[in-house]
Amino acid sequence: MSEAALSGAADRSVAATETILHGYLVSASIFLTLAAVPFMGFLGPEGFILPLVTRMMILALAAIALDLILGHGGLVSFGHAAFVGLGAYAAAIMVTEGVTEVWAILAVVLLVTAMFALVTGYVCLRTSGVYFIMITLAFGQMVFFAASSLSAYGGDDGLTLWDNASLFGTGWLADDRGLFYVTLAVLVACFLLVQSIVASRFGRVLRAARENERRTASLGVDVFRVRLAAYLISGMLAGVAGILLTCQAEFVSPAAMAWQRSGELIFMVVLGGMATRNGALIGAIAFVALEHILSDLTHDWKLIFGPLLIVIVVYSRGGLAALLRRITGGAVRV
Amino acid sequence: MKSYLSGVTLSAVLAVTAGLAGPAAAEPVKVGMIVTLSGPPAALGKQSRDGFQLALDKLGGKLGGQETQFIVEDDELKPDVAIAKANSLVEREQVDFVVGTIFSNMLQAIFKPVVTSETFLISPNAGPSTFAGKACNPFFFSTSYQNNQNFELLGKYAEEQGFKNVFMMAPNYQAGKDSITGFKANYSGGIADEIYTPLGHNDFSAEIAKMSAANPDALFTFMPGGMGVRFVKQFRAAGLGDKMAFLSAFTVDETTLPAQQDDAIGFFGAGNWAPNLDTPGNAEFVAAFEAKYGYVPGTYAMQAYDTAMLLDSAIAKVDGDLSDKDAVRDAIRVADFTSLRGDFKFNKNHYPIQDFYLLKVAKRADGKFQTEIEQKVFDDQGDSFASECGMTW
Amino acid sequence: MSATLVLVQILNGLQLGILLFLIAAGLTLVFGVMGFINLAHGVQYMVGAYFAVAFYGLTGNFLAAMLLALASALALGLALEFLVFRHLYDRDHLDQVLATFGVILFLNQATTVIWGPAPLIIPQPEFLSGSIPLVGGLLYPVYRLTIIAAGLAVAALLWFIVTRTRLGMLVRAGASNPDMVSALGVDVRRLFMIVFGFGAMLAGFAGVLAAPIFSVEPGMGDNMLIVAFVVIIVGGIGSIRGSFIAALLIGLVDTLGRSMMTDILKLFMEPSAANQIGPAIASMLIYVLMAAILFFRPTGLFSVGRAA
Repeated sequence: MSEAALSGAADRSVAATETILHGYLVSASIFLTLAAVPFMGFLGPEGFILPLVTRMMILALAAIALDLILGHGGLVSFGHAAFVGLGAYAAAIMVTEGVTEVWAILAVVLLVTAMFALVTGYVCLRTSGVYFIMITLAFGQMVFFAASSLSAYGGDDGLTLWDNASLFGTGWLADDRGLFYVTLAVLVACFLLVQSIVASRFGRVLRAARENERRTASLGVDVFRVRLAAYLISGMLAGVAGILLTCQAEFVSPAAMAWQRSGELIFMVVLGGMATRNGALIGAIAFVALEHILSDLTHDWKLIFGPLLIVIVVYSRGGLAALLRRITGGAVRV
Repeated sequence: MKSYLSGVTLSAVLAVTAGLAGPAAAEPVKVGMIVTLSGPPAALGKQSRDGFQLALDKLGGKLGGQETQFIVEDDELKPDVAIAKANSLVEREQVDFVVGTIFSNMLQAIFKPVVTSETFLISPNAGPSTFAGKACNPFFFSTSYQNNQNFELLGKYAEEQGFKNVFMMAPNYQAGKDSITGFKANYSGGIADEIYTPLGHNDFSAEIAKMSAANPDALFTFMPGGMGVRFVKQFRAAGLGDKMAFLSAFTVDETTLPAQQDDAIGFFGAGNWAPNLDTPGNAEFVAAFEAKYGYVPGTYAMQAYDTAMLLDSAIAKVDGDLSDKDAVRDAIRVADFTSLRGDFKFNKNHYPIQDFYLLKVAKRADGKFQTEIEQKVFDDQGDSFASECGMTW
Repeated sequence: MSATLVLVQILNGLQLGILLFLIAAGLTLVFGVMGFINLAHGVQYMVGAYFAVAFYGLTGNFLAAMLLALASALALGLALEFLVFRHLYDRDHLDQVLATFGVILFLNQATTVIWGPAPLIIPQPEFLSGSIPLVGGLLYPVYRLTIIAAGLAVAALLWFIVTRTRLGMLVRAGASNPDMVSALGVDVRRLFMIVFGFGAMLAGFAGVLAAPIFSVEPGMGDNMLIVAFVVIIVGGIGSIRGSFIAALLIGLVDTLGRSMMTDILKLFMEPSAANQIGPAIASMLIYVLMAAILFFRPTGLFSVGRAA
């Protein structure tokens, strides 16, 4: 199959070099702002703001992972919190059992999430559309109930970690600032990884299959295998977010993989703008920030948050990314 | 005693010096509360908040003679929200005390961030075994009970009644499993069946059919919140209310009775207090609470009220100087306040030693429902995990 | 486990299935005909129950409360259609999911603010209270039998409307080929509104029926919504017949699984281990069932032919 046929078939987001630079400029400014957060005293005491922003970045990582299959693959996974939860639980259990080196944890988490992705992906990817949504939900629920019955590791109550994971034997991951920068580094690395996947031939095939599965298949592409590979990568990245979540909260509970959390991840991506360069990133940050600011305002913050979501959806086709572009008259392309 | 006195003198001197030094001494005492105020279990959190507020009002807005700022946060029954709120209280608000939570899993979530910041954490309700034994902590106190005690009490009562065949049912989560273990600790009779339902279970018809078929002497159950409301209604509707003794913990209480109403009359509960308990000040507390908030206080409200009174006594003892954590801890340990439940002192694991009662649901003359003391089962009882706690004092 | 006990569990399963069907029927029509994913459908179930509580408080009569609650549920459904959903029909499914999630957040919180967080109840209607003996001397509540009967009646009515009336013909045509229906000059907007209002009212009806046996509390619709989605997926989107069969299947599997799974496991493992994993497996059962059905029939049992 020719490259031209592929991009012709699908790629809506192919853009001039100028726009690509534009998009990366936005990403760079987001990451630089994040890097400066520890020096912005006006945001609040460090012990308060760093864990909050760290959590924001972890969810952004999970959202970016999800966007790979949701936005670019057109596969709406309603069970992605299961991958985050698997990563979180594997990390927590290993730390509890005395294995604290994060590289060992990473190896195990990648293996576990990869296996889970292969098994569930093999079943889920036979379906599509809303059936795919529901079957991924089904697997997510199974993992949720399995974790709830793990009474040796806290069951429903969850598990408090008295130790934290270590990086090369150092205590960086237990330190607010250390974990903050490690998380930021992982976020940037995963962001770039996903960008390069999306821009590669593989990414174009994935998008082509989203637009027209039959045509893509007729070009000699094994759509199932391409999607499975994307699902696998997405799941493993979400697992990495899970490790960081455990390090940040020093606590895991099945709530981390409830269907509500899977839903929130979808909302973050949709809110930010699917299959855009910075949409998932912006969506996650906006979602967590809004939630936090509004709940500081009033206990009944959902009375505001709910209608706000509706208004954003109704008035911004394509999420915050599109909204930003329109407000700035196209000056900011995200 | 002498060193204690000199401690007081010293801190008094320090306080005076600080007072002379500038307005810094006017800094109010800050108490942050984290309870569940969203979703159906919000009724429990509301009781805690109102109970604490009532005590604060009675004390003229002051704890231990110090102006007090009381900040209430909602954990939404989500662990990550609870952690964020705890962080906000400890790091941003710099509170002196965190009072929370209602549920064990929320306590589990906020425990580490609060105690590692060396802020005192006082649970007005949640009492998991986790922090009563090996993981007991110098910065953690509970003014409630250890969860298992209520279940153990019911087991003891069943044993005393000579029940031969008890049907047990609990939700499938840690506290649910603890409830059955706790019941069995003192009960040696037969077990008709032991079933676990999903958390948040709606329809108990399958379980009720089993109960009906098993025809036991008694049912032991632990169905907190909305589950208890649904279960009691369905149990009564199935006509089983008169066929077996209904022994329960956290299933029929002042938070669920407004919905259960007549269906729960005569059912047994367990606890460290009831609105009609005859102790000094209790009748006044109940009357004042109902006058202000318009509903019957439950044990959640009482424990929060007691928590405020405990803090009041401790802060007074250190003359408002909360900087010396050891002194504050010693002052809390003394528990020099009049608890609405009568006898109260701290065990070495910082959980209370107190009396426990079998409670029975009754309709009051004014048409409202409440639990009433049926009989005392445990006298000055500590929990069974205290021996594993390494703290000495 | 005796035969009578199994019979009781089957009745219980049917009753759960009926409630699920009432919720799923509206959901599958709205989804099938309009291609609209309405997460707020579960909230309409909750609101139906709350309306029943409110009107029972005013009238003291269950039937009057039910009629008023149904009218209000219909009105609320139409209001939501007008205010929110109408603007989303031509949107991506995910936009619909996000916006209707906003509706859930708002209405859940609004009910908490209006009626308080504590669970509420209404008593069972006097003439339906009590139990009747079944074979083997087991008692079964009359009210639950009434739910089953009422659900079957609604199912029959739906069957009649869908297969025997012009409206039903349009709905069926809309579910399998909406563009064609619109091209033939049918006022699709009006059709959508009717289907939508009717679906909202059915969910409200389920809420009213459930109010006397379940507790009425904020968020009570959320878990029902997820299970209702399982039902319409298993049944095949847009198929009323599929939803009916799937609802009963899911109701039975869930109820029987919960009551028997631990006992079955005890046959070949330690009782303590069975108590440990039995309930977890029972909770997973409907999801395992859905995954298995989708594995063999990727568009559900009774696919209407519109690929979602």
